[in-house]
Amino acid sequence: MAKILGGITTSHIPAVGKAIQDELHDDPYWKPFFDGYPKIHNWIKENKPDVVINIYNDHGLGFFLDQMPTFAIGAAHEYRNEDEGWGLPSLDPFPGHPELSWHIIESMVADEFDITSCQELAVDHGFVVPMQLFWPGAPHNPDMPRAIPISANTVQHPIPTLKRALDFGKALRKGIESFPEDLKVVVLGTGGLSHQLEGERAGFINKEFDQYCIENIAHNPEELTKITRQELVEKAGAQGTEFLMWMMMRGALGDNVTEITRNYHIPISNTASGTLLLECE
Amino acid sequence: MDQPGFDYHIDIPGTTLFDGKQAMKGYALNKMCYAFNKEENRNAFKADEEAFMEQYGLNNTQKQAVRDRNVLAMIEAGGNIYYLAKLAGIFKLSVQDVGGQQTGMTTEEFQQHLLDQA
Ligand SMILES: [Fe+2]
Repeated sequence: MAKILGGITTSHIPAVGKAIQDELHDDPYWKPFFDGYPKIHNWIKENKPDVVINIYNDHGLGFFLDQMPTFAIGAAHEYRNEDEGWGLPSLDPFPGHPELSWHIIESMVADEFDITSCQELAVDHGFVVPMQLFWPGAPHNPDMPRAIPISANTVQHPIPTLKRALDFGKALRKGIESFPEDLKVVVLGTGGLSHQLEGERAGFINKEFDQYCIENIAHNPEELTKITRQELVEKAGAQGTEFLMWMMMRGALGDNVTEITRNYHIPISNTASGTLLLECE
Repeated sequence: MDQPGFDYHIDIPGTTLFDGKQAMKGYALNKMCYAFNKEENRNAFKADEEAFMEQYGLNNTQKQAVRDRNVLAMIEAGGNIYYLAKLAGIFKLSVQDVGGQQTGMTTEEFQQHLLDQA
């Protein structure tokens, strides 16, 4: 049977992709950020997951406002990275695992999560930057697992509640664990933490709230479901709503987890960046 | 438009919640910005801004906001920041430039404001 090894979260700021390309790992601005990743690389090397479920939020590449799925799951043989409008070089396609995708889709819809299935899905920085951070050289890292993207809507309100996000993860766990093949799976939750790009409140960051979220997500995620969506926008910033991806990931890890490493740094671009590795017990 | 029966929408100063109301207002503007994912469309816009905006059916308020490179006015006219970011790229504005413009700071002041929150 398939087994979930753990979950990893990280911010997915577009500037990170550029910094990787320019090899700025030891630059004074970037070092405190990139220092958060070697422990994660070691964990990945030791555990060698076969599949990565990458939970992110599309930012206007894979989906437009004409048809905006609240939850979408990729079911493709491969996922293309494409120009998001800035003319940056695209990465090569990421191989998928459509059999597992369809198994998860069957399981989740039976579980009353009526998600959108995607046999083609262009993936943006929200998906590829975390892959580059965790598997340097992605998708050509020799340990690169096959990938399944899951995108949740945080572009347009109404967005899902934090409770729904956590419950989504729980249903996803059932779908993964019932897959008959012996696969090792890691689940990513990408985005966040606090940031706001628009309006007179642009540049808003909330260290205290981010710390509260990081403190609780491992051992007390139910506590975080008390945060309303209004509060999330108010306290995490308009784009800090990406914390929903962290909740989705956490739901997939089961009750008990061990924290292996964390990092938190302000600022990277306009964002408070955070990364966290939780291993399933 | 109010959404009777939903208490979900609140006022946060300096923040425009991109909801159904804004989505209805800004559809043409956002659709144009989505088209900028493709280089050929970015080039077409650069070659003739007015014709490109006309093609996507922007209203006069939206057109003026684009002519003025005024991000706050674009948001007011229904623009969604994720799509506007693609337009800002054409104007060679970084997210810190856009942040500075909206908050009345220079880019350097805005960057310092971010650093000060560490
Ligand atoms: Fe994002």
